[in-house]
Amino acid sequence: MTMKLEYTAEQLAFAAEARSWLEANVPKDRLPSMDTEAGFAAHREWEQQLSDGRWSVVSWPAEFGGRDVGLVEWVLFEEEYYRAGAPTRVAQNGISLLAPIIFGHGTPEQQQRWLPGLTDGSIIWAQAWSEPGAGSDLAAIRSTATRDDSRGGWVLNGQKIWSSRAVWADRGFGLFRSDPAAQRHHGLTYYTFPLDAPGITVRAIEQLDGGTGFAEIFFDDVFVPDADVLGGIGDGWRVAMSTAGNERGLSLRAPGRFLAAADNLVALANTSAAAGADISAATRERVAEAWIDAEAYRLFTWHTVSRALVGEEVGSEGSINKVFWSELDRDLHETALELRGAEAEVKTGDHGSWVDDYLFSVAGPIYAGTNEIQRNIIAERILGLPRGDRRKN
Amino acid sequence: MEFMHSEEQLAFADAIDDIVTDLGGTQLARSWAAGDTAPGLALWAQFAELGLTGLRIAEADGGMGGSLADLAVVFERFGYHAVPGPYVESLALLPQLVSDADRAAIAGGAVATAAVAGTHPHLLDAHVAALQFSVTAGALATATAGEALESIASFRKLSRATAGADAADVDPDHVNRAIDEATLANAAMLIGAGERLLHEAVEYAKMREQFGKAIGEYQSLKHQLADVRIALSFARPLVWQAALALESGAATAGRDVSAAKVRAAAAAQLAARVSLQVHGAIGYTAEHDLSLWLTWVPALVGAWGTPAQHRARIADSILAPVGGAA
Repeated sequence: MTMKLEYTAEQLAFAAEARSWLEANVPKDRLPSMDTEAGFAAHREWEQQLSDGRWSVVSWPAEFGGRDVGLVEWVLFEEEYYRAGAPTRVAQNGISLLAPIIFGHGTPEQQQRWLPGLTDGSIIWAQAWSEPGAGSDLAAIRSTATRDDSRGGWVLNGQKIWSSRAVWADRGFGLFRSDPAAQRHHGLTYYTFPLDAPGITVRAIEQLDGGTGFAEIFFDDVFVPDADVLGGIGDGWRVAMSTAGNERGLSLRAPGRFLAAADNLVALANTSAAAGADISAATRERVAEAWIDAEAYRLFTWHTVSRALVGEEVGSEGSINKVFWSELDRDLHETALELRGAEAEVKTGDHGSWVDDYLFSVAGPIYAGTNEIQRNIIAERILGLPRGDRRKN
Repeated sequence: MEFMHSEEQLAFADAIDDIVTDLGGTQLARSWAAGDTAPGLALWAQFAELGLTGLRIAEADGGMGGSLADLAVVFERFGYHAVPGPYVESLALLPQLVSDADRAAIAGGAVATAAVAGTHPHLLDAHVAALQFSVTAGALATATAGEALESIASFRKLSRATAGADAADVDPDHVNRAIDEATLANAAMLIGAGERLLHEAVEYAKMREQFGKAIGEYQSLKHQLADVRIALSFARPLVWQAALALESGAATAGRDVSAAKVRAAAAAQLAARVSLQVHGAIGYTAEHDLSLWLTWVPALVGAWGTPAQHRARIADSILAPVGGAA
């Protein structure tokens, strides 16, 4: 009877190659925040550098700049990436949310046109799903797409909000209501558009952390040619859901980020103690809890990978992942602030400080589908509880 | 990468489920609590026939030669069914510490129990144990049972232990490793108990109606049950990892066992709280089977090191010593 948590020699060699490349290439100083013009440009350059080394999309087919590696290698790469302190990926939205859709639903022409730009940062994408009246309840989308046969395309009107990266990005993707007579999630279509198209206004929204990570996008008779529609007309909901599962699941949240954060927390505790801070047994236990959570997340990921490798369906379990990582991240950063004591509130101006990371972590339970939505999914799809009296279609 | 149950492990778990169910399921613990140990001992005899009592004993010594990952699978089933008896002591702790003759007896189905200084001070189920021991940091002695003590869990029969004068030296590292195996078994049992509490709560929530609809339709209950699912799902891989680390003699094994115990205990406690809340008053009655796990979980949480002790062990492992470099 066997159960193994081991890697093959090839997998370890792959991780070692990634580690040595990252050691040689990761910028020594943390890049400025990607939510500034200069920071965005610096992060775009980093995407180019990653792509030059063929490390930007390791799990993709070689013809699109990847290394065609499997899930195990991908998770190992992510661990190395965060351990190396490498920059947050400005192309993340495009790579993890849009690319699977282009691979799964895009035409060969769309794949050739869009995938290369995703790998090297030359086209940065912003997701445009939420609307003022449709946050977690995406099926309530009201922005419209009207058929324009004379020009061979569609005319978009309406407003999107909470659009990450939209202030500096090149293109957007999102759902619009192409059939106003259809109910709820029927009659939606998936469109992509250049953010500098005539009729588009992007307005930055200042966030809790002072950055402008997201924006509102206003559409005033914006023309989109048929060639930029992703998937079938009226098929947008199904197309979008294949992305949402992805965002909540494995691809966005490999354990690397949390393992690195736990390492940093342990280092913070030790540095504080060395500097003479009197750290209580209770605080030491909280550090231990954070370490356990990061470890639990790593191990659960390997369990999920193992199941995926033998062909098991692991879809809804992405919701279990999402609640867990978002809450562990928040708890870990609360403990970090506790360790920093009265210094915790001081904004040092250094991008990537504990204050910055704390402010980022508290958003976790809100984005990528709120944790309440996730808990409903877990209760209904995994535990099999009755769906109840939410609006039915 | 096969960080999941193997086919054989799943088949073995099914076999355990079938045997326990055939012999009465929760009736085993109820009889044990009432003083009738015959059904529980019949189960023990069946497990001995299956080879389970020699799970952690080498094939050359008449055992099954199972791995610690196998042990985790087995004890999760024990937890799921609330089987009565000193299985942690007999199957996980003692095989590594006792003489060859006693080890062979255990493999053959002899019931053994032990008091362990510090974290497990009382003899569990001495009234059915042919072999009784007292374990300290560096020694093993026979033990005799004294005054009976009442456990919060009705089917755990405790008694004070008196160590005999025949203490033999045992390498303290060896003792610690045996205690880690017992702690691992205890953690796996907590996962199983938590899974059963969740299962009972989910089934009840689907069936029980209030205000004209199943209570499982209410979001407040859904979210509590989802939290139990999350806690158990993330605790189990820690138990498996601890099993693999301890098996391979990894330097981090002790810390990994502690992490497993901390999370298994927290998940089972959450499962107990939520399951009682979902069941309402019926769950608080002794006649409902839920009471078996509701009272057993706190006993298991306290045994083999409290969560606080294990968190401190992890903290000491990953952090610089308290009062260290200034």
